[in-house]
Amino acid sequence: MVTGGVTKFAKAHPAMDFRLMVKRAYDYALRDATNLTSDRIDGTRISYFSDHFSRQLKAASMVQDYLGMNPKGSVRIEWGGATGGECFQAAYEAVASGRMDVCLAAGYETMSRVATWKGNEFIALASDTNFDFPLGGFYTGYYALMVVRHVYEYLRLGKFAHVRDEREAQRLAIAEAQRVMSWVSVKNHVNALHNPYAQYPKRVSVDDVLRSEMISYPLTRDQICTMSDGAAVAVLCDEARAKEFTDRPIRVTGVGCGTDTMRLADRPFGKVPLFPHEKAADYERLSYPGVHSFRAGRAAGLEAYRMAGITDPIRQLDFIELHDAYASSEIQTYEDLGLCRYGEGYDFTLTGAPFLKHLDYGLPVPDAGKIPVNPSGGLIACGHPVGATGLMQGVFAFWQLQERIAKHFGDPTLQLEHPQRGAIHSHAGTGSSVTVSILERGY
Amino acid sequence: MAKPKTFSKFRDVQEEITRSGSAIFRDKDGFEALVVRSPYAIEYIHSYAEDSPFFLGLAEGKILGSRCTNAACRFVFATPRSHCMVCGTATQWHPLPNRGKLHSWTTCHFGSEAFLKETPYNLALVEFEGAGSVLLARLKDCTEKDLYVGMPVEARFSDQPRYSITDLWFVPART
Ligand SMILES: [Zn+2]
Repeated sequence: MVTGGVTKFAKAHPAMDFRLMVKRAYDYALRDATNLTSDRIDGTRISYFSDHFSRQLKAASMVQDYLGMNPKGSVRIEWGGATGGECFQAAYEAVASGRMDVCLAAGYETMSRVATWKGNEFIALASDTNFDFPLGGFYTGYYALMVVRHVYEYLRLGKFAHVRDEREAQRLAIAEAQRVMSWVSVKNHVNALHNPYAQYPKRVSVDDVLRSEMISYPLTRDQICTMSDGAAVAVLCDEARAKEFTDRPIRVTGVGCGTDTMRLADRPFGKVPLFPHEKAADYERLSYPGVHSFRAGRAAGLEAYRMAGITDPIRQLDFIELHDAYASSEIQTYEDLGLCRYGEGYDFTLTGAPFLKHLDYGLPVPDAGKIPVNPSGGLIACGHPVGATGLMQGVFAFWQLQERIAKHFGDPTLQLEHPQRGAIHSHAGTGSSVTVSILERGY
Repeated sequence: MAKPKTFSKFRDVQEEITRSGSAIFRDKDGFEALVVRSPYAIEYIHSYAEDSPFFLGLAEGKILGSRCTNAACRFVFATPRSHCMVCGTATQWHPLPNRGKLHSWTTCHFGSEAFLKETPYNLALVEFEGAGSVLLARLKDCTEKDLYVGMPVEARFSDQPRYSITDLWFVPART
């Protein structure tokens, strides 16, 4: 990767249509590179999630011509919430296969074109329309079903195993999970205070998060990402040309993708695919993935880590930009990506390991800096214009590894100290597809 | 004709186009974007195809799962599918009991626009004895405070079927 650009994510950008948003991010990326002009780009991969939001079929063709890319090759990428992550990998594949020397990955979403609850309906149409949607199709409801089971498996049957009364035990376990999920929300909102691209930077406390409106029990409003308008682009090229375009190229050393059933109800109950640092004995009792974990995320992590030679992710990764559509799914994903074992996600959060050093969260975070997760603020605080989100993660990770956060954010606070390697994680549906890409300093 | 009304807040633009069909959004640089109302409605001709017996079964008060016909597999799907996801063999219809247990649950206080007027509503994943997967359904006649994983539930069926998954719902089981 040699350059990238992002528009500020916002509730609405009524003065820009999708073409102009992408153009702004693209022009930013060109300005930030050396010797990169549009004639050097061999083709594009363009991502947006929903034809319903666009209300313009084949909208990617309009991005292609607005950027002046005709008659170069292009294809539209769509894969639910992981659309942006897939687009990043599609551009990687175009270059890695030798088909292109230089490929532009561009993505956007314009979700402000309908009212919020209509937008939720559009998103819920990405669940089975025979068996799931008519029951009250609502993604926050699906994630609530998943976290309630996660809490049951790991807190009720773990920390609260000693409580005799079943209902009491489950209430206590859920209350504990709500508290820990709020820590994630605090982390991501506070990180975003230093990210000018973020939609919802704010200083909040655990109590504020817990008191925000209940959306689907046990998830509150501040634990959930919002709808956004926004665009992001990344330019990838082969190694021979990279130094022409930047003095600090970033190498893509691993790509992984995994899938699972569209319907939550179909998730089978089998064995955990293990990372090198795990043992089958760790999970003897566990039905996997059930609805509590994301097998697609585990599969994507396994593939990407294997390719990048990562056997101990917490030691070998310096940060992760993780698809935190819900505070619950960030915690579930810590486990899927092997930052801790299955069942340890809540305790892992409370050690402070995914927090940044030197930031004041109003919480005790003794292990802060061990493996910063969502230093940018993630989806919860940056927003989630679906087709742009995975590329936004790529751009933020790129700037981190270039050590140029200060230049692009106008604020050095979120810059990690000499990061060598980071991961970006993009996630669709109820975990029906997930991508993980590994980025490393290439200079 | 008068020019559409101008606003600097997007929320006001949304309200105005609902009222009059058009509005102007003025951004912080003074640029004026014309915003119009643009409705869109579709009626689909939707076949349940191979899943049809399940929806016809609900109208007769039956929950039909499906079971793999491969003797070495015999996986039972609580949400039916006509071919086995484990081994690829065709399945046969397999009646499920009208009673089950909560595998997981939630109460939705908000929802998609189509379901906002029904909030709060409960969603449940229901486990059945002998089935290897679960079934998503509404859970009625109870509130957030009554619910817990493992709670016994029993099925209810609409006596005026609309041939939708909503013809089936669950309630707390009578003991
Ligand atoms: Zn089978």
